[in-house]
Amino acid sequence: MSARVYRVKDLASALDKALELCKAKLPCESQMETDLEGTDPMSKEKLRIMAAPNLDEVDFIRLDKVCRESGEIRLIRENLRAYPGGIDMGVTLVDFGIAETGTLVLNSNSEETRLSTMLCETHVAILEELKIRETALSMDDELNELVKHPSSYTAFITGASRTADIERVLALGVHGPLELVILLVEASS
Amino acid sequence: MKKDKVKKDKEESLKEYKDRLDTALGNTFLRTAMDNFAVAYRTSRKNAFAGMDVDAMIQEVAEIKAHAIKNNEALLEEFTRKAKANGIHVHLAETAEDANRIIGDIAQKSGSKYIVKSKSMTAEEIHLNPWLENLGLEVTETDLGEWIVQLRHEGPSHMVMPAIHLSRFQVADLFTDVTGTAQDAEIERLVKVARRQLRKKYIEADMGITGANYAVAGTGTIGIATNEGNARLCTTLPRIHVALIGIDKLLPTIKEALSINRVLPKNATGQAITSYVTWITGPSECKPAKGGKREMHIVFLDNGRKKIAADPVFAQVLQCVRCGACANVCPVYRMVGGHQLGYVYIGAIGLITTYFFHGRENARNLVQNCTNCGACKTVCAGGIELPKLIKEIHARIQDEEGHPLKSLLLGKVLKNRKLFHTLLRTAKLAQKPLIHKKEGGGTPYLRHLPMIFSKEHNFRVLPAIAKIPFRDRFEQMNQVHKNQALKNPSHKIALFSGCVQDFVYPEQLEAAMKSFAKANVSVSFPMGQSCCGLPAQMMGEKEAARDVALQNLAAFENEEVDYIVTLCASCGSHLKNSLPDLVREYAPEKAAQFAKNIIPFSQFMNKVVGVKSIPGKGRKTAFHSPCHLCRGLGVKQAPKDLINKSGNLYVKTLEEETCCGFGGSFSANFPAVSQEILTKKLADVEASGADLLVTECPGCVMQLRGGALKQGRDIQVIHLSELF
Repeated sequence: MSARVYRVKDLASALDKALELCKAKLPCESQMETDLEGTDPMSKEKLRIMAAPNLDEVDFIRLDKVCRESGEIRLIRENLRAYPGGIDMGVTLVDFGIAETGTLVLNSNSEETRLSTMLCETHVAILEELKIRETALSMDDELNELVKHPSSYTAFITGASRTADIERVLALGVHGPLELVILLVEASS
Repeated sequence: MKKDKVKKDKEESLKEYKDRLDTALGNTFLRTAMDNFAVAYRTSRKNAFAGMDVDAMIQEVAEIKAHAIKNNEALLEEFTRKAKANGIHVHLAETAEDANRIIGDIAQKSGSKYIVKSKSMTAEEIHLNPWLENLGLEVTETDLGEWIVQLRHEGPSHMVMPAIHLSRFQVADLFTDVTGTAQDAEIERLVKVARRQLRKKYIEADMGITGANYAVAGTGTIGIATNEGNARLCTTLPRIHVALIGIDKLLPTIKEALSINRVLPKNATGQAITSYVTWITGPSECKPAKGGKREMHIVFLDNGRKKIAADPVFAQVLQCVRCGACANVCPVYRMVGGHQLGYVYIGAIGLITTYFFHGRENARNLVQNCTNCGACKTVCAGGIELPKLIKEIHARIQDEEGHPLKSLLLGKVLKNRKLFHTLLRTAKLAQKPLIHKKEGGGTPYLRHLPMIFSKEHNFRVLPAIAKIPFRDRFEQMNQVHKNQALKNPSHKIALFSGCVQDFVYPEQLEAAMKSFAKANVSVSFPMGQSCCGLPAQMMGEKEAARDVALQNLAAFENEEVDYIVTLCASCGSHLKNSLPDLVREYAPEKAAQFAKNIIPFSQFMNKVVGVKSIPGKGRKTAFHSPCHLCRGLGVKQAPKDLINKSGNLYVKTLEEETCCGFGGSFSANFPAVSQEILTKKLADVEASGADLLVTECPGCVMQLRGGALKQGRDIQVIHLSELF
């Protein structure tokens, strides 16, 4: 279902992999013709933008440091609305995986988390193998825990944004990510 | 207001409707697109459900929905309570206009100007966009297909693929107009144009409108399935979110929603799951909004649903999950596309719901455009008895508006067996000068069509009425039969002939009589039997259908037989499946016993008699599986076994189970569509290399043989009984 999957041994190597993929991708093509009110930083900086809003503090700082050192990537986690033209990569830790359909379950209650998976060209999802369930039905209790929160926004993500609305020909990236990369963190870690 | 809608609101006549069908039939792109889709869908659906018990899954969905509909009021109450506690404004709209007004008010009170929408059939149902546009609001559809049809001022032509009727070239021309820059007809690039154009719309939007696939009462959560992810943006960037949801979408817990979600995408497009399923419980974080939370509204729409829920016959309509599969497999949809086979809702379900949501004036013509092939019923994710309900709507409209003379006369004639049979015998005399020399299957043909048929019916030659009907030949034949001595018959059967075999193709029954004699089967033929009643039901003459049902029950009442064998699949399916329903309040037990005894010829000979193989010519033989045999009676293997047992070679064809386009009164009402379905069928048989086409229904023989002769195809068409 249009996702690339890699196995990594721990979170640190997952982040390294994300960094490597971000460097290798073509630069983001802005979706705004003119930079809206001149605030879209994309047009000013010639850096790739990576958003990682749901990493914890320690991991974010560590990743930020490597990004800066690379001189190619700027890491952000806030104010994603300021990037309407799009960003290069959204990196998110996801809550669960569903084996039957290859689906990711992501608590998207935070606006920044949500936007990082919608405005990016590449969505990199980091999933611990231990969090993989057989079917959606087999984890209905866990899903219920997620959705019962009064301002819950829970996303099932299976592949990239896709359409077949013109002549039933599959095309990716009609609104959201052009591609999805899943990094599976080995259970032993 | 949408252009085509304005036109349709002016009460389209049947003639105007047929003209529209003709235009669609002449649209080469549409025809190819529909055809490719029909063929591709079968495989993708099969693959998506591979290794799963699809019937059990559908059964589960049907039960979940049926149960939820029964408890709708309680679910609505529970959802409303939970959602309010979560901070959602919940509204209940009784009518389409109420819903439009509520949503318009929300937009105006919040000072909204720009609205982005994700795909919602419910919004199409209430014509929401024109209402909002009339208030000076700018509404942009964000689902690619919906955006395309919006820009073209059309409605969707499929529930999940709104622009399936359009080519990449038409989209390129449209996008050239929209962007003011020439756009190539390259699909990937066109999709990128939409990405760019619509991104701006999301950013500037004040309000996002979505539908929902599920409304989970237990937590007050809505679930939205999309592939494009547009609903996610519509519910994230704007500061207001309005979800318009039919009350039929309510479910108790997420578990039921997940069970349906396991079937819906597989059935819709053959996908295991959509790219996105979004579960929203209450106003989520929205940084620019007041208090950092989005203003969220849910508008529950009744618009006649409560009334449907309370209707014992039609309540099951609400089991629909809007997958669109009933259109995907419909032979008529395949020929004419969704704009011609629906008003807002498309396909078989559209033929039914149009009556409830958009009035009988918009349903009147549509509801007749059904061959009654039953393909929709076999794939319906909600387990709805679609063909039956289409007939019910047809009957209901005629009861309300008065029956057309043609159908009234048919009903009157059919109710009186003696009058009916006298008419047929008289017609035989009247047609004499028209009889063609013997041709094809040995049946005389009409050289010219009688005056009552118009030119457009001339796509197949029609057989003449036989000199001596079967009922007048039976005794003599049976005497010979009996003389061969039947002291200890292997089986005792009664024969139900149906009108077509009795009066047009008696030779098919005679062939069967020989087979019965060989197998030592004793046969009776109750003379009081009449038309099975299906033609009356197809014409919306329910009362006449019931009358003949009762006559047939009486005719067979005293027969002490093991089986009632019929060589007509349509009669068989009607007698087994519909008759008990028709006489439920008159003779339920008698009908149940009668229905139980009904067995099609193929199954009787193959399974009960266990006929032995005979040497034959080894001709390559295709089988046309009558709709009422493979779907109506669930018989698929027996006829193929018999073909091989007859010393011929059964050859598989791609469209074996696709309707031939006859459909009784359907081919009389819509000859142009019927002709196209027939041509497709014959071409498929020809491509298989078979020169013999066997079927098990005299109606199909009439259509296929008449078409093969007319089109000069080298295919001989015979009834299965004639193989032996």
